[in-house]
Amino acid sequence: MKNTSEFLPRSVVRSGGARRSAASVVSREAWALRLPLLPAFVYVFLVTQIPFVLTVYYSFFSWNLLKEGSFQFAGLDNYATLLTNESIRTAVLNTVILTLFVIAISVVIGLAVAMLLNSEIFGKGLMRTLMIAPFLIMPTAGALIWKDTLLNPLFGLLPYLLTPLGLSRVDWVNQFPMATVVAVEVWRWTPFMMLIILAGLQSQNPEILEAARVDGANALQSFRRITLPLVRPFIELGALLGSLFVVQTYDSIFMLTYGGPGEDTTNIPFLLYLVAFQGYSIGQASAIGVVAVIITIIVATFALRTLFSIFQVEARR
Amino acid sequence: MRTTFWPDRSKVLWSVVGWLVVIAFFFPVLWMWLEGLKTEPQAASSPPTIFFAPTLAEFQEVLSGDFPPYFINSAIASVGSTLLVLVLGLPAAYALSIRPVAKSRDVLFFFISTRFLPFAASLVPLYLLARDLQLLDNIFTLVLIYTTINLPLGVWLLRSFLLEIPHDLFEAARVDGAAFRHEIFRIVVPLIAPGLAATSLICLIFSWNEFFYAVNFTASTAATAPLFLVSFISGRGLFYAKLAAAATLASLPVLMAGWIAQKQLIRGLTMGAVK
Repeated sequence: MKNTSEFLPRSVVRSGGARRSAASVVSREAWALRLPLLPAFVYVFLVTQIPFVLTVYYSFFSWNLLKEGSFQFAGLDNYATLLTNESIRTAVLNTVILTLFVIAISVVIGLAVAMLLNSEIFGKGLMRTLMIAPFLIMPTAGALIWKDTLLNPLFGLLPYLLTPLGLSRVDWVNQFPMATVVAVEVWRWTPFMMLIILAGLQSQNPEILEAARVDGANALQSFRRITLPLVRPFIELGALLGSLFVVQTYDSIFMLTYGGPGEDTTNIPFLLYLVAFQGYSIGQASAIGVVAVIITIIVATFALRTLFSIFQVEARR
Repeated sequence: MRTTFWPDRSKVLWSVVGWLVVIAFFFPVLWMWLEGLKTEPQAASSPPTIFFAPTLAEFQEVLSGDFPPYFINSAIASVGSTLLVLVLGLPAAYALSIRPVAKSRDVLFFFISTRFLPFAASLVPLYLLARDLQLLDNIFTLVLIYTTINLPLGVWLLRSFLLEIPHDLFEAARVDGAAFRHEIFRIVVPLIAPGLAATSLICLIFSWNEFFYAVNFTASTAATAPLFLVSFISGRGLFYAKLAAAATLASLPVLMAGWIAQKQLIRGLTMGAVK
């Protein structure tokens, strides 16, 4: 054991000072460096990794909390159920649709707003302040306000304003549930994209655009050739972080549609909620957890590498 | 140099376009405030009431009713977890930047991967553990869970601020024989005050607005502000004005903090990548 000296009284170590190996000094220094890291590391490890191992373990058991003594080894039954069950496929599909649409639309609108806020217009500071409000509003509160006071077919403001278009009695939440969830999430995430892209635009040297203009480039050309390449890493960063959050969307679905009608807006987090906390099927919920983690790892291995390369670029600046 | 009094036409045009978009995005927030200032009949009228004499009656009703305990629970969960993130996160960030441990990159990677692990990964065992320890519906459980959620972001963010401190300062302190504790309190904390603010803001936003664990791990005594709003979806009659007043109050702390600390917001949200 090369660390023996650490466990000996100081006097003993000191008396054998000449024989103290270089390795033990190095390792003691390494531990001194690690010490500040340990509390956070151990905490995160305990609260995330150990439970995941247990999730894998439970996924091989049939266990319903409402049935006494139902804890039984079930092999791969839970996974077989997932493969044959329509619900999980619907939930995966809904998750993908929700995430793709929310990210794509909020990036496009966010880019447009960021460009407006980066140009010479009146009241930019106030505009920026008002614009970030939807992101700061509690998602449960925002969803309720949309559902009950803006979209409600009887008392809502939007059906009233849309009366001239013949849309006065449209029940948006029930007739177009997924579109409604997407719209509310876009409302929430556009400010996030706007902030990140605006930071990118502001790092741009205005002289380059001016030079391009002098050289005869039109607005579209300078946008495509100069602005877009510059803000691309910022768009990637926003889309990546945004999608990691939007994949976990739960609050607005709970408040707006409760996953319905039917399973039309049930995504993976909401399905997990239904299975774990409405059905109390621990084994089944654990299997969903394992599958969700596998999917995330596949996506994230790619995504987090991209994230890291973006951070590396940032660090070199 | 432009010498005419009137600004050029395109500036006016783009200002109008910009303001229309911004107002469209801000309108639901404004509408929430307005609805809260109405009476119940005004809030549930068809067609919607646009002009009305504002009243604070519904705000008073919410504040004098059963809302305050929810609000206090939210405050305990948010402030408690934010403090824990700072206490655990700052030393960790130090060990990943100022005097980096071996394999710092892997450790950073590990931290951030836990933030984006689906909650499905650890939900069931955590729930069972909390149940067996009689810690369901206990605000302390939410403090610990929110610490877990925010610690990875906190470590990354604090690290990005620590990397900006000139290395010479630490060399000088080390020559003076300063201990780790002194380095942290004499050098690090004063210099990264903006970093601590940004980290606190992000932790506050995520923990104050968190819903999934709040709804599934609490029932009544530890229920947080979002759960007060849930009571409105069951459709016990029409309480739109009260709902809007409650939604306004529940959103207020994060909205105010976000507006005050706008400059820190972007850096916090991107974990320090964008300044």
